[in-house]
Amino acid sequence: MKPETITLNVNGCAHQVALAPNVTLLTALRDLGYTDVKCGCEKGDCGACAVLLAMPGAERAEAVNSCLVLAWQVDGARITTVAGLGTAERPHPLQAAFADAGAIQCGYCSPGFIIAAKALLDRNPHPTEREIREAVEGNLCRCTGYGHIIEAIQIAADKLLAGKGGVQ
Amino acid sequence: MLPEFEFLRPHSLPEALAMLADQAPDVMPLAGGTNIIVELRDGHSSPKKLMDVGRLPELNGIGRKGEYIVIGGGTTITSLLTHPLIAQHGRALQEAASMLGNPFVRNRATVAGNLANASPAADTAPPLLALGAEVELVSVKGARWVSLDKFMVSVNKTLLEPNELLTSVRWPVPDARSEACFYKIGLRKADACSVINAAAMVIWDESDYCRQARIAIGAAAPRPVRAHAAEAALLGQPLTKDVIEGAARMAVQATEPIDDIRGTAAYRRRMAELMVRRLLTRIVESRAARRES
Repeated sequence: MKPETITLNVNGCAHQVALAPNVTLLTALRDLGYTDVKCGCEKGDCGACAVLLAMPGAERAEAVNSCLVLAWQVDGARITTVAGLGTAERPHPLQAAFADAGAIQCGYCSPGFIIAAKALLDRNPHPTEREIREAVEGNLCRCTGYGHIIEAIQIAADKLLAGKGGVQ
Repeated sequence: MLPEFEFLRPHSLPEALAMLADQAPDVMPLAGGTNIIVELRDGHSSPKKLMDVGRLPELNGIGRKGEYIVIGGGTTITSLLTHPLIAQHGRALQEAASMLGNPFVRNRATVAGNLANASPAADTAPPLLALGAEVELVSVKGARWVSLDKFMVSVNKTLLEPNELLTSVRWPVPDARSEACFYKIGLRKADACSVINAAAMVIWDESDYCRQARIAIGAAAPRPVRAHAAEAALLGQPLTKDVIEGAARMAVQATEPIDDIRGTAAYRRRMAELMVRRLLTRIVESRAARRES
């Protein structure tokens, strides 16, 4: 159980961190200050901890529950959290749409929903409502604000397609 | 907080097998981790060592080898969803993949993990049983192919020896005159463990009578089971409404359900019959639609 130094590339920033093998990616990210990654159920049911993960050599990033990944498993991988998608001044169209549509109530589930939506729009820029609903099957909103969330993802997709999206 | 363990990181399959040969009883292979990490956290499992097989190149890939479709044990559930070979020759497996867990889980969970974990409710098991799949178990001493039906012994118990790794899964390329499909019932429409699941495959002869049938039911016995009596009831028959209803009634014989948090034994028995009837009806409809097109 000796700690070992691994590399986590988070939102374009390389971190060398000494970690024991029983530390999850979720814990590692939050300890590094990426508190936009939320800790919910820690069982893969709620999606609050979702991040985009691109293993070394992988063609594209995939959305995963960071609570179900050990940090050592993703040594050298590229990780994108919701804060890596945009800034307060230049939000990603998904982030802007969540705010505009009132898709954020308590806000705890929002990072995970936005990560799921980003993964969807990256592979399917023009999703149907059904496809949006399927893409967020792994996310729970305990405020039950699902309607506005679906709407926000649709708005963001339309904006991105229209090319007025700002950062992407 | 997870319990303490040692973490092994082999870079190749031979290296992984050598680690298993040396340290076998203490080592648990870890691929996607979607089951194991939850079990560790809940204290249901406390292996001394975890061995990360998630990066082994030998465990990846979907392809056709002669008369078989072969998929690496490390194939993720997500990659089953889009692969043309699975769409063509494993539609039932693809349907199961689309209903397993949720998209985040499917991006990590692997076929070998789903089978080796041997949950009676494993969603990939019924379609693979219906397809007549075998699993390849490899150790430093060599490889053996075992039928999936024999591989899964009981709840969380398989024929896998501690020094072996489940490296691939294969099934015969289905006959052109065949159809297969999968169905599950969960407590929610999405992200739900199966209360009961089932798959069926039918191969017709030239006169349109059933030449072979495989029906598999999960979460209704200590392991996913074949419904042999129901299969026999279809043999040599045309798949009429009466024949299908007879087979569906017989399918219940294969189940030994229990009452648990997801459903009662009585409910599972009724659903086993209903699901087999629906599966076979859908299979007949799919065949008719395919012939018209």
